[in-house]
Amino acid sequence: MKPIISVEGLGKSYTIRHEGQTPYKSLREEIFKLPQRLLRRKESREEFWALKDVSFDVMPGDRVGIIGRNGAGKSTLLKLLSRITEPTTGRITLRGRVASLLEVGTGFHPELTGRENIYLNGAILGMTRAEVSRNFDAIVDFADVEKFLDTPVKRYSSGMYVRLAFAVAAHLEPELLVVDEVLAVGDAEFQRKCLGKMEDVGRDGRTVLFVSHNMAMINYLCNHAMMLDAGRKVYQSSRVKDVVSAYLGVNDQGKVWEYIDSSKYSDCITPMRLAIVDASGRVVSGVLENNIDAWIEIDVEVHEVDTGLTVGYALFSEEGETLYWSYQTDQGEEFWPRLSCGKIRLRSKFPQRLLNEGKYRIELIASIYYKRWLIAPGKGPMIFFEIKGGLSDSPMWQIRRPGVLAPVLPWKVL
Amino acid sequence: MSHELVIEAGRAERQYWKDLWRYRELFLILTWRDVAVQYKQTVVGILWAVLRPLLTMAAFTFVFGKVAKLPSEGDVPYPLMVFVAMLPWQLFATSLAATANSLVSNSNLVSKVYFPRIIVPAATIGVAVVDFAISFVLLAGMMLWYQFVPPLQVLAVIPLTLLAAIVALGPGLILCALNVTYRDFRIIVPFITQFGLYISPVGFSSGIVPDKWRLLYECNPVVGVIDGFRWAVLGSMDCPVRALTISFSCAIVFLLLGIGVFRKTERTFADVI
Repeated sequence: MKPIISVEGLGKSYTIRHEGQTPYKSLREEIFKLPQRLLRRKESREEFWALKDVSFDVMPGDRVGIIGRNGAGKSTLLKLLSRITEPTTGRITLRGRVASLLEVGTGFHPELTGRENIYLNGAILGMTRAEVSRNFDAIVDFADVEKFLDTPVKRYSSGMYVRLAFAVAAHLEPELLVVDEVLAVGDAEFQRKCLGKMEDVGRDGRTVLFVSHNMAMINYLCNHAMMLDAGRKVYQSSRVKDVVSAYLGVNDQGKVWEYIDSSKYSDCITPMRLAIVDASGRVVSGVLENNIDAWIEIDVEVHEVDTGLTVGYALFSEEGETLYWSYQTDQGEEFWPRLSCGKIRLRSKFPQRLLNEGKYRIELIASIYYKRWLIAPGKGPMIFFEIKGGLSDSPMWQIRRPGVLAPVLPWKVL
Repeated sequence: MSHELVIEAGRAERQYWKDLWRYRELFLILTWRDVAVQYKQTVVGILWAVLRPLLTMAAFTFVFGKVAKLPSEGDVPYPLMVFVAMLPWQLFATSLAATANSLVSNSNLVSKVYFPRIIVPAATIGVAVVDFAISFVLLAGMMLWYQFVPPLQVLAVIPLTLLAAIVALGPGLILCALNVTYRDFRIIVPFITQFGLYISPVGFSSGIVPDKWRLLYECNPVVGVIDGFRWAVLGSMDCPVRALTISFSCAIVFLLLGIGVFRKTERTFADVI
């Protein structure tokens, strides 16, 4: 059987404009900028890859959950799959009719009645008039708005509005349904109904792509899960629970990354574990005080010792800026730890009182010195943590100051 | 598997026209939505469609007919001559303004669902056509009042209406596309319609334009449409063949150009809107 979706090397880049606050340009602005631009030539533009190098296949009948933090590229992926925007690189092959539901009640007009909006919304979602008519009673029944069919939806309660909107979408009959976080609305009773409907869709052998932050729902509904981070696919498996716990791991609770599926890593080394530990070797919980004694621990299995083998980590701010890289080969050669074949554990002291309060990300990176990446930044295991409190012993410095760094430096009078 | 669709950067062309056909119902429904909303929201809605051309006609008759004492065409009453010209003009002006703004005012659709975007500006023309139809009933009433019998060629009104819509659609598409990226383009539209009103024979007859300026004057594609209307409804002048040819050519050129510009910028709409 051919996959219903094949995605190869998919990427989407946006240009971030620094000059203006608005995403759109104005003619007036362009005209006034013209002389400036002619002189300077170079604009302060920056490319941002919302999605990069993502490849995967989805088989018919799969229910795929897509998870990731905000800004991981989930919505961009759905937008590309639903053809709202074009990819910058790569290609998507769709073998079936797609319906996407990125928002509940897209195109609903408050002045129109429930009945009119059903037809309007149906057409917007790609249904023909005949299809809507055929499903009309089922839609009304599902939404439970029979009495208010000829009332403008502006007079609906928000619950009724959402029910009606979901009901229309739920009666689409596509081969592939793309759904973004729409079940997070409505009361419990209605949510149960929606879940039931989504299950039915899956049982009918139709394919569902589902984005949610609700892990319970992903667990319940999907038979396949994919995790995105910073625009890349970091993990995909039919063991949904594993993906979910990996996500929860990097998200909030456990601050440790452990070997799950490292087939994608190169032959030279296999990452096994990445964690922040305290003096006794226990994994530190997600929040650390700035003056805590902590170490970064990296477990890897070395298959082949190369003189240029470097292993370390990269530290990123919450905004994704690289703060530093650290390798086991950073000091003078006489201090380098000897790497040998087999499982080894590397440990490096995490600097105290260097970073400011905030959220950070650590990624395991490894390379053969100046030859090639073994685990490039953005491709490897990552953990997240937060620094809070313990900024200084001074009574005058207990709350966060501006800046990425918050070092405590000695002063004296000369 | 019904069909296979490949999505790649810059490869949507063939699919696009197929989709346009598949989404033809959406076109009708969006038109219907705009019409329904306009006439539902306010009682003034329908009153407005009646009042606006009437008031403009009164003003033009007063200024051009009474104050400036410009001649009418043959024995046609001045108000009637003005009103016949008002119809296509209003159709053109409201179509242009509505198309230019259409994508921005439907941005919630553009950023959330896929459909050939060209449907949105095209559908807004429908509203202008409905307004036009209402005014046309009014015109019939006026002709009864003046006991004016229209000539046989009155049937030409139908293709002429289509022509007026297409004359507006071409530039409308360009403005619409530009409006997404450059939001201040909308300021240009009222300027075009204001200015156009005075270089088009709405308040006066084309007969008063000196012959040596005639060709230049007819380069305004609305001239052909309006004179065509006067010929069809009033029979007060000969069929303006040259002006109509110019109008028609302009309409086609601008339509193709408009579609070209629109298609070219369309792929980024969802990113910038």
